[in-house]
Amino acid sequence: MKNHTVAIQAVEKKRSGSLAYNQRLAPYVFVAPFLITFILFFAYPVASTVLMSFQEVLPGQTKFIGFDNYKKLLNPTFYKAIANSAKYTVLTLLVLIPLPLVLAVFLNSTFMRGKNFFRSTLFVPALTSVVVAGTVFKLVFSELDSALANTFIGFFGIESQKWLGQSSTALLVLVLLATWRWLGVNIIYFLSGLQSIPTELYESADIDGANTWDKFVKITLPLLKPVTIYVLTISIYAGFAMFTESYMLYNGNRSPKDMGLTIVGYIYQQGLEKNNLGLGSAIGLTLLGITMFINLVQLKITGQFRKGD
Amino acid sequence: MKKAHGLMLATTLLLSSLATACSSGGETAKPDANAGGAAAGGKTKLQFWTFNELHQKYFVSMAEAWNKAHPDKAIQLEASTLPFDDMHNKLLVALQSGTGAPDISDIEISKFPNYLKGTPQLAELNTVVEPELKNIVKSRVDIYSKDGKYYGIDYHVGASVIYYNKEMLDKAGVNPDSITTWDEFYEAGKKVVAATGKPMITFEATDPFSFWPMIAQQGSDITDKDGKVTLDNEKNIAVLQYMQKLVKEKIAIVAPGGFHHAEEYYGFMNKAGAASIAMPMWYMGRFTDYMPDLKGKLVIKPMPAWTKGGNRSVGMGGTGTAVTAQSKNKELAAEFLAFAKLSKEANIQIWKQLGFDPIRTEVWTAPELKEDNKFTQYFGKDIFDVMIEIKDEIGPINVNEKMPEVNDELKKTTLFKALNDMEDPAKVLKESADQLRK
Repeated sequence: MKNHTVAIQAVEKKRSGSLAYNQRLAPYVFVAPFLITFILFFAYPVASTVLMSFQEVLPGQTKFIGFDNYKKLLNPTFYKAIANSAKYTVLTLLVLIPLPLVLAVFLNSTFMRGKNFFRSTLFVPALTSVVVAGTVFKLVFSELDSALANTFIGFFGIESQKWLGQSSTALLVLVLLATWRWLGVNIIYFLSGLQSIPTELYESADIDGANTWDKFVKITLPLLKPVTIYVLTISIYAGFAMFTESYMLYNGNRSPKDMGLTIVGYIYQQGLEKNNLGLGSAIGLTLLGITMFINLVQLKITGQFRKGD
Repeated sequence: MKKAHGLMLATTLLLSSLATACSSGGETAKPDANAGGAAAGGKTKLQFWTFNELHQKYFVSMAEAWNKAHPDKAIQLEASTLPFDDMHNKLLVALQSGTGAPDISDIEISKFPNYLKGTPQLAELNTVVEPELKNIVKSRVDIYSKDGKYYGIDYHVGASVIYYNKEMLDKAGVNPDSITTWDEFYEAGKKVVAATGKPMITFEATDPFSFWPMIAQQGSDITDKDGKVTLDNEKNIAVLQYMQKLVKEKIAIVAPGGFHHAEEYYGFMNKAGAASIAMPMWYMGRFTDYMPDLKGKLVIKPMPAWTKGGNRSVGMGGTGTAVTAQSKNKELAAEFLAFAKLSKEANIQIWKQLGFDPIRTEVWTAPELKEDNKFTQYFGKDIFDVMIEIKDEIGPINVNEKMPEVNDELKKTTLFKALNDMEDPAKVLKESADQLRK
């Protein structure tokens, strides 16, 4: 055996051979692509964001200004953006968790007809581009009497609304757009959760005389908890990261009285449109802080940090 | 195990949310491999960015003309049109990061000061601009200057005028020439509303082109020369009160869609929705392209003044074309830009192709401007008589680093509150101004 190895080594170039077959190096080589992309596209941008949040970034004249950017954040527009994002997130959570859960239960039920048809139609919106959907929603909810939404409420004798010109209806349109778009995705999550619940549980419940409601509350809901927590977590971050929807509905981030401005929209506005990358970075980090805090609290409450089972 | 899992989940998700936040800008920062000026077949490649397809067509035609006139310095113009916000953001990121910018680019006036922050990443154009200063409306290059250096050249003067629907005025027995002040406009408006049942004028609530010309024609502005906010001065309050009064009395309405460039608005006006619209000269193209039914029915007149004999016009809006500091052929690019924007021939073409009021005053009387084209067919042959009439009354607006911010506040909040929510003009102007002064 030893002779054999020696023979091979003699044939190959010594150096390259030892490197290519180096057992200690190999794992690093395998993770290198990830590490490089992570450092290049993640760690570095995050680090430079932190740095920029303490700077006034101007071509050729970048300088440190301490906490000035964070001080500037304490303004009504920023509060408005936070309030908008928070309201939007809460509303999407209220709609986008119970509704898909119930629909998923129906789609999973043996009595349901046309299951595959509904599964695919409910999922299609998730595949469309937000840009297209946003444009369509903008036209549907236009202020003209001839717009679809106004025609619809006209049947019930309700006056035409300036949907995107009042904060309450604007929020409604945004949540509707989110619901239309993400319902199908959340259904898929819940469906996969439902399908992993063993049928034996329901069978034994049947024998014990449980009714449908009992089974839903006592078996389905508790066993869906991990999926629900996952959906909750991603929905919170998706809510706070929302940008494109309001960007599209308001011709590029221009909503009257900032009624559609989100935190990310504010980053875009300050950092890119106004060439104030320092302030933009400060907003970004504040957003990170907010979402991080909320998600950690939420995971703590839902028991994700408890040891073992 | 579970603890680690939970933490991992939380952190990855949060970090990716941050990544989403960043990527909205990151995508636009792609450096373009074509930037630079490699010679292709003896021609120097120049890249040009704009947000308006008509500007692109115009520049391509000027590149052809340049090559005919200067075969020794031939260029190959690679022009591209990008969406308005995309183009400005992309250019800003490219200039900020030091790579990827085109040689020449259009920059809209309300965005221009953003590009002059710090050390401007644009090339100085003094060598080509200074010799022409006496021939052009000087304020149209002053607005793109910083510390005595010129960085951009405009397409047009942007003289604010008023377009009346002659048919509707005739119905009410109103002669547009008799309207010389805004008070007379108000009285005439009453007659038009009574006779036609339609509003006299539309005002923008989410764009500044109704309010701004009306304050600027009396020498007021939203910022002063030093960039101080003057939004809540008395003249401005009076103007906004006047606008609100007209809306209250249904003589004016807020433009459907909020501003004069909304799809809804074009449809509304095309069906003779209102009897007049006060917009700069460059709005002519919107009539010819989007409101074909009004052909032959409109007359262009100077805006009413606030006092008898007061100034009637102001240069509004605009797009400065600039050469970037990253260009490898700055001199050639500047020469070509001067050829395409400052020369007599160019200014005639700007009228012919774009329908803009050119910045070179001598061409206003040139016979070429009376020639038949889609604008003269639409508005009649004497369009420039109005220009010549108001030539000395076209004041500038103050362009400084604070202006984009004040303009944004005006568009987003102030006007909407005063004209849509009917809040007290003095109060909303004061609130906005205080906010901006912080």
